[in-house]
Amino acid sequence: MSGPLLQAALLAIAAAAVVTYFWRGLGVLLAGRLHPESALVSWIAAVAYAMLAGLIARIIVMPIGPLATTSLSARLAAAVLAAALFYLSRRNLILGVSAGGAALVLLTQAGF
Amino acid sequence: MTNTAAQAQRGYGSERAAFFAGMRDIVGAPGFVLAATYVGYGSLVRVSEWPVWLGLLNSLTGWAIPGQIVLVELFATGAPLAAIAIAVWLTNMRLLPMTLALMPMLMAPGVPRWRYYGAAHFIAVTGWVQAMRECPLLPLEERHPYFTGFAGSLFVMTLGATTVGYYLAGSVPTSVSLGLVFLNPIYFMLIFAADARSRGRIMALGSGAVCGPLFHIVSPTWGLMLTGLVAGTAAFAADRLLPASGAAR
Repeated sequence: MSGPLLQAALLAIAAAAVVTYFWRGLGVLLAGRLHPESALVSWIAAVAYAMLAGLIARIIVMPIGPLATTSLSARLAAAVLAAALFYLSRRNLILGVSAGGAALVLLTQAGF
Repeated sequence: MTNTAAQAQRGYGSERAAFFAGMRDIVGAPGFVLAATYVGYGSLVRVSEWPVWLGLLNSLTGWAIPGQIVLVELFATGAPLAAIAIAVWLTNMRLLPMTLALMPMLMAPGVPRWRYYGAAHFIAVTGWVQAMRECPLLPLEERHPYFTGFAGSLFVMTLGATTVGYYLAGSVPTSVSLGLVFLNPIYFMLIFAADARSRGRIMALGSGAVCGPLFHIVSPTWGLMLTGLVAGTAAFAADRLLPASGAAR
């Protein structure tokens, strides 16, 4: 990596550090005034769970980055298989996720 | 996850013991999946022709995988600094409601504030889900050490995984690294499915999963925030307003 490029990367990392900690720090700052059992915290938790579920669904349905090269049908089939094995194995997480990952690899290699 | 709810209810006996219990609990699915995810991140760093220490610096200062991937990928396209900063800022917006939902539960009287500011640096989905589930069962003073032990060890472990991924890149077939990257969303899908016990939680997760992709089509920039506000608020309101059916059964 060349000097100017390295400098630009360091700046980008510094900026990312500031904007990322911004949310965490702001959260701690405001959290001191919140009661854990309040309706406000229940609402915020609902917003957080909805955001995370939305993020994960978005990554599976329309991923950005390396996963974008796989097909939607392969990703959905792998996700369904992972969920099925997870429940059939009495909620064995490692088995479920491994099956999902392996299924995506095999389906992609098979041309799906 | 090895401990039963009944064991945790009594607590681990001391703050120190709670910290080590948190460390132990990363062994298994959480550690396995996050290691795989960061092996994938390490190979992305390599493919992007970054030196390994730069990828590690990004993990140290801005830990949480979605924002880190956005940073590396946008930088590779030659995007300007302001565009990168805004994209990472928006991607990591979820950390605010996550921190606000978790922190009030972790705070104990007499603990200096800086400890919470330190612990907040480790808030990311894996540790958050674990703490939201386990910490309500613990005595107040053991919650924050448990979270720090769990999420802090994950943080340290991912630095090692990044390095491994960096030096493995190229020796693993592309399709296999695709599988590694896919473990992360599948893991969260399964733990959320397993975590969906209360009616309000089920509605928030379900409506969020439906709205996430739809709102992303409407606006890739604001889709995630809209998903949280619309789906989360609707689920919260519906849970409050609808009669508690089946509660008597």
